Amino acid sequence: MEKQTAYLQVSALEVGYKTEGVVRNVDFTLNKGELCGIVGVNGIGKSTLLRTIGNLQPRLKGSIKIQNKDLQDFNAAELAKEISLVLTEPLASSNLTVKELIALGRQPYTNWMGNLTQQDESKIQNSIADLELGGLGNRKCHELSDGQLQRVLIARTMAQDTPLILLDEPTTHLDLYHKVQILKLLKGLVQEHQKAIVFTTHEIDLAIQLCDRILILDGKQNPIGTPSSLIEQGCFETLFPTDMVHFDSQSGSYRVNK
Amino acid sequence: MNKSSIPFGVWFLGLFLILLLVMVLNLSLGSVSIPFKITIQVLFGKEPETASWSYIILNYRLPKALTAIVVGGGLAVSGLLMQTLFRNPLAGPFVLGVSSGASLGAAFLLMGTSLFTGWTLFESINDISLAVAASLGSFTVLLVVVMVANRVRDTMTLLIIGLMFGSITAAVVSVLAYFSDAEQLQRFIFWSFGSVGGLSWSQLGILTLVVVFGLFFAIFSLKSLNAFLLGENYAKSLGIALRKSRFLIIAATGLIAGGITAFAGPIAFVGLAVPHLTRQFFNTMDHRILLPAVFVYGAILMLLCDTIAQLPTSAKVLPINAITSIIGAPVVIWLLLRKRKLFF
Repeated sequence: MEKQTAYLQVSALEVGYKTEGVVRNVDFTLNKGELCGIVGVNGIGKSTLLRTIGNLQPRLKGSIKIQNKDLQDFNAAELAKEISLVLTEPLASSNLTVKELIALGRQPYTNWMGNLTQQDESKIQNSIADLELGGLGNRKCHELSDGQLQRVLIARTMAQDTPLILLDEPTTHLDLYHKVQILKLLKGLVQEHQKAIVFTTHEIDLAIQLCDRILILDGKQNPIGTPSSLIEQGCFETLFPTDMVHFDSQSGSYRVNK
Repeated sequence: MNKSSIPFGVWFLGLFLILLLVMVLNLSLGSVSIPFKITIQVLFGKEPETASWSYIILNYRLPKALTAIVVGGGLAVSGLLMQTLFRNPLAGPFVLGVSSGASLGAAFLLMGTSLFTGWTLFESINDISLAVAASLGSFTVLLVVVMVANRVRDTMTLLIIGLMFGSITAAVVSVLAYFSDAEQLQRFIFWSFGSVGGLSWSQLGILTLVVVFGLFFAIFSLKSLNAFLLGENYAKSLGIALRKSRFLIIAATGLIAGGITAFAGPIAFVGLAVPHLTRQFFNTMDHRILLPAVFVYGAILMLLCDTIAQLPTSAKVLPINAITSIIGAPVVIWLLLRKRKLFF
């Protein structure tokens, strides 16, 4: 039942470089209004999977469908109205102002010159308000803190106005407070604007507390489910080698072996 | 500091007035200095008392000033295009090997005859054949670069490949120079000094046509240029067709920089320095504003450089390439010292 109505459907997906698969057997669906975290050890292919779903690199096998239409059947302009991205790569120009950067999110909707209409302007203002960036509009991006920049990048995806937002490690380099701030903002966007948001993260504890669903890349089954069902199945126990840390299912967090 | 509070329209009006002023200055100064008032009168069709002044202004200085505008503006625009495409503040119009290609073409024409004895294809070497040879050279190199660009996804790699092409052509040029006699070598060196003078009205027409074509491509790329400010992956996610956009931008640079180098020689620094200068005054990264602004700035700078190169009231003319570097290099150094980092 869920498979037919889900916004994003990924099945039997294999991603990687050249002919060597990095991640195999990825199967999941995601609805609008759901926040999904992708977790896994370093190098397992979280970013590769995210970039493949974002159509930045070709898949090796399987299918990725948005509203029952395969990604390959979208042209670039159509896809830009479905998926927006926040990547880990640095901006080509850090001399953009916050408002200029967010305004670029409107490109799929503007004319050949990129002129902004009244509607574009109000979308931009709404995005600035949603991400609590009021007063930063004329700042240059290189003047921002990491947390502010991350919020600006998310505001750009809001201006792009896509149902699906993909974020690659949005909480890296942030302190605990700002990690939580970003994830709570994402949670808010999912609930208030009915977005489908997928992000990769190393913050498993936080993901368990905030995500609607978690995809665990373990190199074998790649289970997906609600945090509580995954805890019940014991999926987190086997995520890391057990010589250093163990998962405490009572508190839903990892503990260092004493 | 509050530069952003001044509307862009005011900036453009100011720049335009400066451009007109500098142009009249350029027209009135030279080996013969002609009073400001009379220069303006001649431009409006009035015959001056000294008949030769009218001839000097209309047939020598006016085409030179217009050439300077096209050359300066064009080179600055191609510099802007390259800096955005290669996400590199040090990129100029010549990183793709456009100028070294032109040099190679010119070198083959001017010095190649001694290497291939009996090769008398270009018996009479004149300005036109020189322009043709230089254009052929830059387009050959550009064609190879575009072919490579279609295979290589990464722009940084493309940048390095462009630099390598530059090295190869420079090496071939020095081999040619080694085997050529003094007179041929001198001709080549004079070409490489660069000059905006000496173009006839018809040559200026051809140059302008080529540059306008290039600018047309550039204007068509405005939206993708802005998207490229985020990086190629972001640009792709915004629906920009990467290959097509890159091709358009490279073609624009090739037409503009190639055409200019063919007619005016390899003129340094304008393409690199002017976009940085412009960003200082126009507090924006939006190419819809920057592109025209950079053009006008480049034109003003080139007119000024040419005025200085004429060494007013003396009959001597300095190589324009030396003047642009003498002005351009301190500007870049000043920017670096002021900002510590060339944000772009």
